[in-house]
Amino acid sequence: MEDYVIEMLHITKEFPGIIANDDITLQLKRGEIHALLGENGAGKSTLMSVLFGLYTPEKGVIKKDGKEVKINNPNDATALGIGMVHQHFMLVDIFSVLDNIILGAEPNKFGFLTKADARKKVLDLSEKYNLKVDPDAMVEDITVGMQQRVEILKMLYRDNDILIFDEPTAVLTPQEIEELMHIMKELAKEGKSILFITHKLNEIMEVADRCSILRKGKYIGTVDVANTTKEELSSMMVGRDVKFAVDKVEAKPKEEVLKVENVCVKSKLHKNDSVHNVSFNVRAGEIVCIAGIDGNGQTEFIGGLTGLDDISSGKITLCGEDITKKSIRYKNTHGMSHVPEDRHKHGLVLDYTVEENMILQRYFEPEFSKHGILKKDAMREYSDRLSEAFDVRSGKGSKSIARSMSGGNQQKAIIAREMDRDHKLLIAVQPTRGLDVGAIEYIHKEIVKERDNGAAILLVSLELDEVMNLSDRILVMYEGEIVGEVDPKKTTLQELGLYMSGAKRDDRKEA
Amino acid sequence: MKEKTSFMKRPGAQTFIASVICALLGIVLGFFILLAMNPAHAFEGMYDILKNFFKYSNSSTTMMYYFGSTLVKSVPLILCAEAILFAYKAGLFNIGAAGQYTVGLMASLYTAIALGWNWFFCVLAAIAAGALWGFFAGFLKSKFNVNEVIAGIMLNWIALYLTNIVLGGEKVMNQSKSETYNLLSVNKGALLPEFLKEVFGNNQYMTIAIPITIIVALLIQFVLNKTTFGYELKATGHNKDAAKYAGMNAQRNIILTLVISGAIAGMAASMYYLTGIEHYKIASSVPGMGFNGIAVAFLGGLNPIGAILAGFFVEYITLGGQYLNTTYFNPQVADLMVAIIIYLCGFVLFLKHVMNKVGKTKVVSAATNANAEEKEAK
Repeated sequence: MEDYVIEMLHITKEFPGIIANDDITLQLKRGEIHALLGENGAGKSTLMSVLFGLYTPEKGVIKKDGKEVKINNPNDATALGIGMVHQHFMLVDIFSVLDNIILGAEPNKFGFLTKADARKKVLDLSEKYNLKVDPDAMVEDITVGMQQRVEILKMLYRDNDILIFDEPTAVLTPQEIEELMHIMKELAKEGKSILFITHKLNEIMEVADRCSILRKGKYIGTVDVANTTKEELSSMMVGRDVKFAVDKVEAKPKEEVLKVENVCVKSKLHKNDSVHNVSFNVRAGEIVCIAGIDGNGQTEFIGGLTGLDDISSGKITLCGEDITKKSIRYKNTHGMSHVPEDRHKHGLVLDYTVEENMILQRYFEPEFSKHGILKKDAMREYSDRLSEAFDVRSGKGSKSIARSMSGGNQQKAIIAREMDRDHKLLIAVQPTRGLDVGAIEYIHKEIVKERDNGAAILLVSLELDEVMNLSDRILVMYEGEIVGEVDPKKTTLQELGLYMSGAKRDDRKEA
Repeated sequence: MKEKTSFMKRPGAQTFIASVICALLGIVLGFFILLAMNPAHAFEGMYDILKNFFKYSNSSTTMMYYFGSTLVKSVPLILCAEAILFAYKAGLFNIGAAGQYTVGLMASLYTAIALGWNWFFCVLAAIAAGALWGFFAGFLKSKFNVNEVIAGIMLNWIALYLTNIVLGGEKVMNQSKSETYNLLSVNKGALLPEFLKEVFGNNQYMTIAIPITIIVALLIQFVLNKTTFGYELKATGHNKDAAKYAGMNAQRNIILTLVISGAIAGMAASMYYLTGIEHYKIASSVPGMGFNGIAVAFLGGLNPIGAILAGFFVEYITLGGQYLNTTYFNPQVADLMVAIIIYLCGFVLFLKHVMNKVGKTKVVSAATNANAEEKEAK
């Protein structure tokens, strides 16, 4: 008899008109790292919400240590020792790390806080599991990686021994991911049982003991990670074989589309420039990728290039025209398309419908309005067509509120919009961030298609696989400067890593 | 059954129900106050307030007359609410509507009495004054990032004292009565044209202000939902960053929104004072109309048409206070009750939130997840 700490047996959860979880069984062994794999919307979140007491399933039982339990709300879950690190952290920015950890479980004597005890416990835990945090730092000042460690400490502080990680690596840099993997192994070794929700296969291969796969609300199977391959996992997940390498022919670059000369962008955090003297060009029919570790000036540079932020000096030329000082509207209507890094902040008006979002930069064009009055029919038609062409799926089609869509479909909607607009240059910043393999494959294909149709593409990515697979030229950005240009066919990951960490740099001629 | 759920899930229906509950809650709480004041006559008091002008149901002319008065007095309140909700849709909290209303009042009465203008131009003057006041707040916000609430409050006081100075002079104010001259005697041409006066028991204050108010509400509804301008405003209100990304001119829109909002608030004053129903007296506090407009805007679910109903309701209750028997109740009680009802109006959004949480036992609160699943299952 296996030693299962949590068993979810034959869970069925229905929503009006749809079965989100259809007879799903998930058994978590004590001290194992169990990955839960599935595409966006496969039912992972619903299943975890059931375990966490947010939903009551129609059918099925949950057992803790072999005994049946009822979990009606998150407090029940906490009482059973179940803790969760949400994808979007639940921290109070203006509280210190320590205050965040004890929040909701404040130690007190006669109603007065006894923080000294709490501090000791937190420090002990942080030492034991090698979770480095500064208990007195404000959460808003610390890195995303440290914020995540705070979330983990929150669970440990509450003596949880079943830990759920909901897509924990989506927001981390490669180094932080490695660190997290290490921490997870450490936790498992100490007897904690971990449920790890993800769609990144590399991470599963590296850290998980077993993996359960869901697809479209159904349970597909559970495999021992040691006896499987990435290819097998991904075909179980999407129901077909997925190609990891991007199919593309040799680039045939033509005329220069974008020319960037000595661009500097001021930092918002400190007095120095966060982008110095960046110069390069992108030609029609090629994909140029800016690689680099997060926070090396990529965001600021793209801000300056697209007009979201001001540049302090330099010159930007698009198709021979100086657009340095032009407005965002001008750039939008003169050949620049931009898939933004943060799809919630910039890419979408979340409370608008799909159709309203599809015309975000074009609502004033004669196609969609006349004398200042929107043509609702044209909007609907256009949005339906794009959704169809780019496989944007949503509950109520073009009438769906963007907020109600899954991340992958939100991203596809943005990609659809940006690719359909007239453009010579497509700027895509982390276009596949947080997406599942199926969606990534699709978006990569679309980007290559764009290139072959003669668009110039500037890609910014933190994912090295994406950088290597997709680009025709790679520029590496380190501390706000372009430190090297490499050919993806001739370079190795190791060489790229050296550039990215600042250990190597080319002396580039001014472009 | 299924149909009913979908109706309840519609945001419009939810707002409507929440608003009605708030209004009822206010009435119940008001009743408790009456109960505390004078238990023996509380029920009777409440009945008088709610019965309102229906008291005169035996004489339809009198009843219609008072119904008309309620409509006339609802006009400025509704228009102030329209001004506020319009700005709110663009993400701006125009607390300065009170000041814009005040300068509108000043402009319309000064042009009417001191300059002897025709009503049409007096209304235009009020609109221009309100717009200018809105422009100040918008300009400060867009150029110097001064919070529109702070600027609005400051401008409210400036508006008040300016109005006291301008209207306090001999030209406009009857010094012996210390209130502005009666328009009927000094400049009949400044009175708004009458409208359906006969239907409302020859109520001379029934003017075109009433249809104009409805037209303004419909116009706002149209601008917000059908035009590119409304599209831009709402996009900016929902997500400033995305609006910037889309190339919308946020600075221009902020100014324009507050100018339009101010114009509506300024017009509200002219639509009231140019009926001649009330005269301005030197005041030491900013007229409450602009502030009550906030409550009305929320009670109306931030919907231009909802604001009409909400404004009428609030005015109905306010005037209902006059029917309270003063031998049993301190006249202040009516004001207190009305204040409480208005206060509760602000809870519409909160109540909607509660309805979402409790009503559907966790399902709606996590609807996002559900929807996400829904798509994939197709």
